[in-house]
Amino acid sequence: MSKKEDFVKFDKVDKSYDGKVLVVKDLNLDIEEGEFVTMLGPSGSGKTTCLMMLAGFETPTNGEIYLDKNPISNIPPHKRGIGMVFQNYALFPHMTVFENLAFPLRVRKISKEDIDKKVEKALSMVSLSGFGNRMPGQLSGGQQQRVAVARALVFDPSVVLMDEPLGALDKNLRESMQYEIKHIHESIGVTVVYVTHDQGEALTMSNRIAVFNDGKVQQLSSPDKLYEEPVNSFVAEFIGENNTFAGEISDISNGSCKVKLDKGEIIANPISVKSVGEKTTVSIRPERALINPKDKMDNNQKGKIEEVIYHGDHTRVRLNLLGNSEFILKVPNSSQNLDIKLGNEINIGWNSHDARALDPK
Amino acid sequence: MSSETQKILTTDGIPLEESLKQAEKKNKIKAFLLVTPLLLFLIITYIIPIADMFSRSIDDKMVTNMLPKTYKAMEQWDGKELPPEEVFEAFYLDYKILVENKTAGRLQTQLNYEKNGFKSVLKKLARKQKKFEEGNYKEQIIKVHKRWRNVDYWRAIKRRAPAYTYSKYLKGVDMYSNEEGKIVQVSENRRIHRILWSRTLEVAFFVTLFCFLMAYPIAHLLATLPMKYSNLLMICVLLPFWTSLLVRTASWMILLQQQGLVNDFFVWIGLVTDDNRPEMMYNKTGTYVAMTQILLPFMVLPLYSVMKTISPSLMRAGKSLGATPGVAFFKIYFPLTIPGIGAGCLLVFILAIGYYITPALVGGASGTLISNQIAYHMKSTLDWSFASAMGLMLLTGVLVIYWIYNKLVGVDNIKLG
Repeated sequence: MSKKEDFVKFDKVDKSYDGKVLVVKDLNLDIEEGEFVTMLGPSGSGKTTCLMMLAGFETPTNGEIYLDKNPISNIPPHKRGIGMVFQNYALFPHMTVFENLAFPLRVRKISKEDIDKKVEKALSMVSLSGFGNRMPGQLSGGQQQRVAVARALVFDPSVVLMDEPLGALDKNLRESMQYEIKHIHESIGVTVVYVTHDQGEALTMSNRIAVFNDGKVQQLSSPDKLYEEPVNSFVAEFIGENNTFAGEISDISNGSCKVKLDKGEIIANPISVKSVGEKTTVSIRPERALINPKDKMDNNQKGKIEEVIYHGDHTRVRLNLLGNSEFILKVPNSSQNLDIKLGNEINIGWNSHDARALDPK
Repeated sequence: MSSETQKILTTDGIPLEESLKQAEKKNKIKAFLLVTPLLLFLIITYIIPIADMFSRSIDDKMVTNMLPKTYKAMEQWDGKELPPEEVFEAFYLDYKILVENKTAGRLQTQLNYEKNGFKSVLKKLARKQKKFEEGNYKEQIIKVHKRWRNVDYWRAIKRRAPAYTYSKYLKGVDMYSNEEGKIVQVSENRRIHRILWSRTLEVAFFVTLFCFLMAYPIAHLLATLPMKYSNLLMICVLLPFWTSLLVRTASWMILLQQQGLVNDFFVWIGLVTDDNRPEMMYNKTGTYVAMTQILLPFMVLPLYSVMKTISPSLMRAGKSLGATPGVAFFKIYFPLTIPGIGAGCLLVFILAIGYYITPALVGGASGTLISNQIAYHMKSTLDWSFASAMGLMLLTGVLVIYWIYNKLVGVDNIKLG
């Protein structure tokens, strides 16, 4: 069975609530069948609005959304056949777990035996067999969350939407639920559109991530690409930790450029700069800068240690480097005896390839 | 033995239970002192009046105290034939004191309740007895009025002998105990109370129904609108609360009377002709309209407070799971509002069952309720014991409704806010 490529398609979608401000601007997004796509962004970036438009609770102001090639703007939510997991689970408090799961099947007039079978299967999928007679109020947060997931999947929808489903859980539970949802997705191959503002969650679970800001998709790519190769300074800043230098291009040639800073000059990888004189922000991941590098690196600078924070498996070191006093280094905890002490001057090196010259902020 | 639980001691060696009691004692006293004012208030303004009402409704000592000698003499009388001379003598002596004290009027009224026409007989006796000679009172009394020969009148006196009676309660349901002491219904053309009871229940039921039908959408709108609009709407709902009940009822009178605004409007749009204006006041219609409007907030507020707690994502979840808006409403939203419906209906029904001013003003003859009858006996006939009896019957009715409600819905499911 070949997978349909643009199973869910946002085509030039705009959304405005008040006729003055566009919450979503010119959104184009293709989601493959069976894919796990996460919409990631700060609050107010328009990601939940997109999800609501897909679910049918909001209508696009302009543009069209296609589900399996069919425009769906005029289809009411209950006919779209899209499962949804809500932030606060939205379990029906007056129904038992079984009745909650049976609800989508009953409204579809499925026979009683089939309902029993399907509900049992869905409950065992989220390892809650035997909980059918409980009321939602008698379950813990994690269990309620799993019931919500099971309920969104029990009627075999083609797409499942999840709106920050793990937001209310504590950290440990959230992590184990991330893996659980990921495994469920892998085993049944349903298309999932997931909304979160937690980048860790997005990176662990998704096939692809759409980073939202200001109503626009800033970057849509796989988690590793997103982290390693951010295309603009918002993405670089939003995903993971990031050291930045603001400067001006002084020379550009052969896939590398020189950036003039207030103090000193560095060599960087030109991503969104093209000509000399352009302003830029250079972004370097903390783990790509090394202390006393053995191999030769094309950037070598001296920095003064301003703060050392012990994190167990690694140590965070804050340096003053080239006038940037917020330069962070992550030093793995190893037997290697480095001279990391407050006030020491140390050598820092990194490859120009890892220093990405992006748009100025 | 293992079955005997070992007493746990505190570090000082005092049993833990005792120590806990001591520690809690202060808080308990404090808590009790805090509720004392309300408790006293309730006892004085609620418990005592009800107890007083009850004793008044069954109290029949008035006649007993007025005719002490008569009743003593009557103890031996079997009530089949005319009483012996001693009874006549005792009655003459008792009645003489009453006439001299000018308190005979009350006795006349009370005995007239028991037997029609007793009053005139007694009045005549009061006039004539001054000329009575000593001895042979039986003959002299019968001479005054031949009705004294009728044994029914004497039975009527005897029936009032006990200090307590439930006759007022029988009267409340149009029954009485007849000369033979059997409980029978009053003649058909005099059964007014039963009509009033059933009308009261009917009006209360329909007012509750109308309130529910009107309040549900309002409450839903209130709960779902954005804050700035819902506040304004809430004020509109509460505005009647801040207006005097009398003013509101009077404004309905202006609207509903035959030359009133509503009728003018009907004529203007051609719904009715000018000489054929419908009567919307001084009948049940007026009572329904005015009471529904006045009791509406009592339905809106509990419904609103319950609907406010229902997350909008539940309806969305229902729709996303494939339920049409109608199904989602009846399967999800409606069941969750039942606590509010229960509270609102109970509140409105109980208030409506005892409503007084509005039916009195706009109800007319066909729109008055049982409470108007109670007020009538309080103010006009001064039959307070009957008014008390009906008041207690009303109270019992409310308690029964509450009990049924508790069985059906469960009081724990009521939510007022």
